[in-house]
Amino acid sequence: MQPPAEHVHWLFATGFLLLGLLLLAEAIVGREVWRLRPWRAYLWPSLFFALGVLMWPVMVFFTNSTIHMLAHSSWAQVMMLAGAAELGLISGKLRNELWRLAVPLAFAVSGAAFLIHEANPWLYSRSAFVHHVCGWTLLVGALFPLGAAFKPRSLVFNTGYALVIVAVAITLYASRDVAPVFGHLSPSAGVAHR
Amino acid sequence: MTQYATELSRIRFRSARALTVLALGPLTMLGGVVWAFVQPWRVTLLHPHGQGFWWLVVEPPLLVSAAGLVFALLAPTIVRDLEDARGP
Repeated sequence: MQPPAEHVHWLFATGFLLLGLLLLAEAIVGREVWRLRPWRAYLWPSLFFALGVLMWPVMVFFTNSTIHMLAHSSWAQVMMLAGAAELGLISGKLRNELWRLAVPLAFAVSGAAFLIHEANPWLYSRSAFVHHVCGWTLLVGALFPLGAAFKPRSLVFNTGYALVIVAVAITLYASRDVAPVFGHLSPSAGVAHR
Repeated sequence: MTQYATELSRIRFRSARALTVLALGPLTMLGGVVWAFVQPWRVTLLHPHGQGFWWLVVEPPLLVSAAGLVFALLAPTIVRDLEDARGP
């Protein structure tokens, strides 16, 4: 009953797509309007936290290598930390604005984990390409939530933050277990299927 | 005030921000539909015979449309709050 890895990527892509849409809407209407309804303020941090929690089964069941397990568990931890920090700030239980740095930290750790646990070069297969693209998108894209942590009302930083997550979602949807990328597929990757 | 002017004053012009928020959900759903046409084999409901459980449950174009639908359900409240905050 364990899903193929590509299906797990697509499920997480859906979570990230919804997260990106919510963040984009908040960036467009502004934080004050977004928080007019208390339940809405908790929406995307809860989703962020839930995605972190859901990463734990991935860590447990997809044990291709030690580095895979370390990457998945570090993702789980930083996503839960980022979601929890935002939840704490919204509820007023956390007061120090520096907790906002948990999100860029999550981006940077996730980006690094993507790159470190992908042992193959860019054009080895579609999956390798997707991991490299996601890794660099998150590493460079961490600048947007970093900027938003210091300038919370910046349209550019907040929109960029949301669009980085949407870009990662789109890239994850392109993931396949064994498929060529731009016509390249290493013979050692296996036989491509549909 | 003439009848024409009265009717015009009743029309609420939505801001670009409100229109953008309202468009995000339908555009995302449209993306899923276009994807389904471009790669119909990704929608296994169209040819379910012989498909495994996960291939039937996880169908990316439908998931994209579902994410758009969820957001589209939230968008009217967001726009209402935006317009209320902006005032008449």
